[in-house]
Amino acid sequence: MGKVFAFHGGIHPPENKKQSTVLPIQPGPQPKRVRLSLQQHIGAPAEPMVQVGDRVLKGQQIAAPVGRISAAVHASVSGTVTAIGAMPVAHSSGLDALCIEIESDGREQWVERQGLTDYRSLKRVDLIDYIRNMGIAGMGGAGFPTDVKLHLSEDHIVNTLIINAAECEPYITADDMLMRERAEEVIGGIEVIAHLLKPSHILIGVEDNKPQAIRALQQARRGNPLNIDVAVVPTKYPSGGEKQLIKLLTDVEVPSGHIPADVGIVCQNVGTTVAIHRAVRHGEPLISRIVTLTGEALAQPQNLEVAIGTPFADLLDAASLKEGLLSRLVVGGPMMGFTVDDDELPITKTTNCLIAATGDEMPAANPAQPCIRCGQCEQVCPAELLPQQLHWFAKGREFDKARQHNLFDCIECGACSYVCPSEIPLVQYYRFAKSEIRQEEAEQRKAEHAKQRFEARQARLEAEKAEKEARRKQRAEEAARAQAVRKDKSAAATAAAPAETDTKALKTAAAVARTKLKKAQKAYETGKESGAENLAELEAALKAAEQKANEAQQALEQAEQGTAASAGSGAAAPDLKQLKTNAAVARTKLKQAEKALKNAEDKGLDGIDKLRETVNALQAKADAAQQAYDQAQAAPAPTAAPVDIKQLKTNAAVARTKLKQAEKALAKAQQSGEGDLEDLQAKLSELQAKADSAQQAYEQAESGAGQAGQAVAQPAVSQAQLDELKADMEAMQGKVAKAQQALDDALAKGSPAADKMKAGVDKLQAKLDDASKAYQDAQAQASQVVAQPAVSQAQLDELKADMEAMQGKVAKAQQALDDALAKGSPAADKMKAGVDKLQAKLADASKAYQDAQAQVSQAVAQPAVSQAQLDELKADMEAMQGKVAKAQQALDDAVANGSPAADKMKAGVDKLQAKLADARAAYQAAGGTLLEEPSEPEQPQAPELDLKALKQQVSIMRTKLGKAQKALDEAEPQGTDLSALQAEVDQLQQRHDEAKQQFEAVEAGQIQAAAAQGVDLKQLKIDAAMARAAVTKAERALEKALQTADGESADEQLQQELQQAKQKADALNATLSRFE
Amino acid sequence: MALIRVTSPHVHKANRTADVMRLVLLATLPGIAALSFFFGWGTLVQLLWASLLAVGMEAALIKLRRRPVLFYLRDYSAVVTAVLLALAIPPFAPWWLTLVGVFVAIVIAKHLYGGLGQNPFNPAMVAYALLLVSFPVEMTRWAAPTVLLENGTLGLGDTLALIFAGLDPALVDSVTGATPLDALKHRGGLTTEEAWHSIDVLANGVGAWHAVSAGFFMGGVFLLYRKVFTWHIPVSMLATLAVLSTLFFGFAPDQYADPFFHLTVGGTMLGAFFIATDPVTAATSNRGKLYYGAGIGLLIFIIRSWGSYPDAVAFAVLLMNLAAPFIDLYSQPRTYGHAHAKRGLKEDS
Repeated sequence: MGKVFAFHGGIHPPENKKQSTVLPIQPGPQPKRVRLSLQQHIGAPAEPMVQVGDRVLKGQQIAAPVGRISAAVHASVSGTVTAIGAMPVAHSSGLDALCIEIESDGREQWVERQGLTDYRSLKRVDLIDYIRNMGIAGMGGAGFPTDVKLHLSEDHIVNTLIINAAECEPYITADDMLMRERAEEVIGGIEVIAHLLKPSHILIGVEDNKPQAIRALQQARRGNPLNIDVAVVPTKYPSGGEKQLIKLLTDVEVPSGHIPADVGIVCQNVGTTVAIHRAVRHGEPLISRIVTLTGEALAQPQNLEVAIGTPFADLLDAASLKEGLLSRLVVGGPMMGFTVDDDELPITKTTNCLIAATGDEMPAANPAQPCIRCGQCEQVCPAELLPQQLHWFAKGREFDKARQHNLFDCIECGACSYVCPSEIPLVQYYRFAKSEIRQEEAEQRKAEHAKQRFEARQARLEAEKAEKEARRKQRAEEAARAQAVRKDKSAAATAAAPAETDTKALKTAAAVARTKLKKAQKAYETGKESGAENLAELEAALKAAEQKANEAQQALEQAEQGTAASAGSGAAAPDLKQLKTNAAVARTKLKQAEKALKNAEDKGLDGIDKLRETVNALQAKADAAQQAYDQAQAAPAPTAAPVDIKQLKTNAAVARTKLKQAEKALAKAQQSGEGDLEDLQAKLSELQAKADSAQQAYEQAESGAGQAGQAVAQPAVSQAQLDELKADMEAMQGKVAKAQQALDDALAKGSPAADKMKAGVDKLQAKLDDASKAYQDAQAQASQVVAQPAVSQAQLDELKADMEAMQGKVAKAQQALDDALAKGSPAADKMKAGVDKLQAKLADASKAYQDAQAQVSQAVAQPAVSQAQLDELKADMEAMQGKVAKAQQALDDAVANGSPAADKMKAGVDKLQAKLADARAAYQAAGGTLLEEPSEPEQPQAPELDLKALKQQVSIMRTKLGKAQKALDEAEPQGTDLSALQAEVDQLQQRHDEAKQQFEAVEAGQIQAAAAQGVDLKQLKIDAAMARAAVTKAERALEKALQTADGESADEQLQQELQQAKQKADALNATLSRFE
Repeated sequence: MALIRVTSPHVHKANRTADVMRLVLLATLPGIAALSFFFGWGTLVQLLWASLLAVGMEAALIKLRRRPVLFYLRDYSAVVTAVLLALAIPPFAPWWLTLVGVFVAIVIAKHLYGGLGQNPFNPAMVAYALLLVSFPVEMTRWAAPTVLLENGTLGLGDTLALIFAGLDPALVDSVTGATPLDALKHRGGLTTEEAWHSIDVLANGVGAWHAVSAGFFMGGVFLLYRKVFTWHIPVSMLATLAVLSTLFFGFAPDQYADPFFHLTVGGTMLGAFFIATDPVTAATSNRGKLYYGAGIGLLIFIIRSWGSYPDAVAFAVLLMNLAAPFIDLYSQPRTYGHAHAKRGLKEDS
């Protein structure tokens, strides 16, 4: 007899075993119908081998094991398969399982069966396979497929075979009775297992409350050559727990998370041993088992040998159930068994006991009291846990702590619940916590899976995007090439016939003429007002100017028409714009003339008739221009020429105002009885008709716009700018997203460059913010611009803005060229060609521009949105060029050094080049719309004084420096030649510092210079902005007054105010530009 | 068939919290008997008065918290708290002192923390410490042992009058005196040896305290036998105190009391078996209980020897209550199948 050790804890519940050992094992009732679950074991459910209606014999295999851990199922009666499907089974979960139902024919007809005559002659694998096909699974409780355990000696050294015959749960006596009556079979089964596992020592662990069984076993093992010991262990629950029994018999603990075989031990239940014996010796598969029927609700507690699949009710009947007393039907023992609420459920291979308990025997639990941490649970816990702590953690849902307190080492034996003085259902708390943790883990796995899928998708999208990018790049290059070809062609055409095609020069001429005309008109007016003597002269000058303007306009129109005809539909949009401008100019002229006429009429001056004629002519012209414009607008595709409703509205309003004025004039004339009343009346009716028609046109246009949906006109230029800004912003967004992804990757890989990358991403993000803000600003501005009525002032402003843009561009281009030349950039040649072209154009247009400048007496400054935008684009392009040059150089170095990073760098250079091409295209697109106006050539600002340029240079240097630094950082871990990169970084640093110093010095100098003259530059800027605002305000007030025609004195006063505001703004602007 | 579905286990030990509490109450009887015998009726009066107050307040609090009153009252926990407090305060303490004490114990130290099982500090000791700090005069006027009184002790009627009808200073002075710990602490320039001979309560009266300690010791052994608690806390606490006092007494017998004196006077035995073993506020694992008990023993010796209070059980217990959760984290048992016990809250990988 082996030495017995001890395990921690344990309890001594009332045994209640005597009741069921009075009678020997009885054969169970013959069931009419058996239900055989396909999963009576742990592992994969077996697969049915029969179909409904098949006739089966007792012992015939009806389901085959699937996979490594699975067990076969055999018919436990002979009869007919009546159903295959999900049916309720006895399982603690209460869930249905796939079952085969067989209706017994009562004949108990066996399949042909024959035991193995000499299992020792069989190969091990074949013997194990034989046992597997006999459907044998652990009969102690869990139902672990036995053949799997028999394979264990292949990869484990099995020293000890332990036969678990402890049967520690109260009430159950199935193993006890089995050992008492069939000890020989137990030893026979042990022999088979020992043959397979070759243990050096075999221990049968039996609790000391089974003296008869112990005697029988000792008798049976006598004379057996195997080293079999019957180890009697003290009665203590849960000594039959596998781990506890191992500890009891060997003093070895199975490490947490391991199986006993890892420490050289294999456990088999005593019932399983008998099943193996019968299978091997007699060829009987596992189709019956001993079941203890006990409980106070049974008159005759006993053990029955029951066909698997027999309904509980049959067994309860066999044990004489006392009707009405049964309150709880427990499957298994009272400590770990589960209750069922259906007595038609079938016996399975693992059902060792049925307790039909009365209400007195197993009363419902009292309500739980608070835990007082008495620690009794801890004293009885066989796993040496702290059950009360686990309880607190489970209750507080602190699952991490519960797990940290080894929750998963709990075997759910129920000892803690049994002793708890507060009657807390502790095991239930642990089951809850375990299932919550398992669920959490399952969800985490799911989330991990989803994340992987998402990342794969991201990678795929990224690849697609890159492909698209490549295609786009190709297209952009093609477009650039095509554009270059076209430009060459047009240049040739210009050279061949300059007079015909130079619409730009004509436009300028027309603008100049218009300005002159205006000036003449003004001079005439002032002359009239002051009663000057040279009125006739002035009038002649006015007329001459008018004629000239008309001629210029006509020439321009002709030229433009010709261009439009030759260029086709593509030229329709600018044409339209021109027409619009023409119409506006005509309207302005008309207005001026009308005013003059009115003045003359009021004062009864000579030449009224002449003026009237002029007015009529102008009226006709304005109408014609308007008509031309309307026609042009209607003619091209709706997308190319949206209806200018606002313009029409303004027209209508103007017409109404005129009408009112005329009415007033008429009334005045009538009152004073002066002048030509009839004439005035005719004029009035004419105006009336015109106002009506204008109103009508407006309404028509508006309804047309409504039909066309969103057809509100927007100035074409600002729209293009907006698009450009938007494209910029989107490109930036793409960059940010890419950088973010790269950063994530780097973080995931724990790359050392991650911090650097993060900084880069932040910077990009900031840039993106800037870009989107610029876009929004521009959008807001564009809508503002749309909201303003198109008057002649707008034309002037446009002219001025264009001019400034041109100036800035030339300066920038020159600067960029210088920069590029200094760096020896490969793009320098191209840039030089561009600059030369620009300069040639400037020279061509210089005279016309000077003329125009001379004429434009009131140059109202406007915040040049397009200019800023263009500057930005330009800066972008230049920065990109710098980057490309730098990257190219780095690449060359890397290639020369044979650096492994060269491929990567090459890819980077390609990408940069693509970006550069994009930036260039964007710049050209933006510049194309602005390249129409000539610019002033003799205003090249000295580069060292151009603050903006300096600032830009500093920022470029900074970018370059950052790039180089990054390249250096990246190269460092790769161990490539660092000295060249380092030198470059140093050089860049120096240059950057120099540039910065220069910038700062110049800025400081400017501020100082301003201060020296007693001017606060900042204040000046604010003043200028305020003055501009005042101009706008005055303009609006005037307009409002005009529309309401609120008395002429107010009108004039307002006009005067406006003039003053404009003068002030101009003065301030002039001062400001001196310092900037 | 109406079968109930419940989870395992389906059997339960006949063992309720109320049984545990009743056993504790039963175990206090020898001590109560000794106290009454040597110090008069005061103890019994205080016990009844405190229990009455405790049950009343407990019922009111449970009602306030909208819980089933009878269900919770039946766990006897309030009575146990009241009894332990009554055993700790002087037998002739005025009625209001007990009232304040019980109020602090039941209302503040217990129910404000969430009731039974939720209080981090031992309610009786919280009350005792508060009374000692707030009413030092009343709390240090322990009844003089009957043997030292010339006229014998007070009768039941006089005791009731003394406790409930207010203080007659002369009467109070006549029946109260210093405890041995008090006497030893305030022995002036005397050595312990000299004090033992010259101070009456030490020379002749100390036997009363020995007897009371013996009573509590018997009760404690009974509870150990009934497995109401494990041996870890009382043994480690008493052993620590004994070892420390032996050491110091061995080196400087003139200045320190002998170990027997430390173990048998003051609240040592009551504390070791009835106060420190309160499971709610103690450490939980067996090893943790050893640390916990040792900590209490150490603190008792330190405070008694060098502190300003003569006895120290309440403070020692409260301080170790504070440390119990920490001890719990660092004294987890080694779980079956694990190579090492876990320490703290860090995950082992």
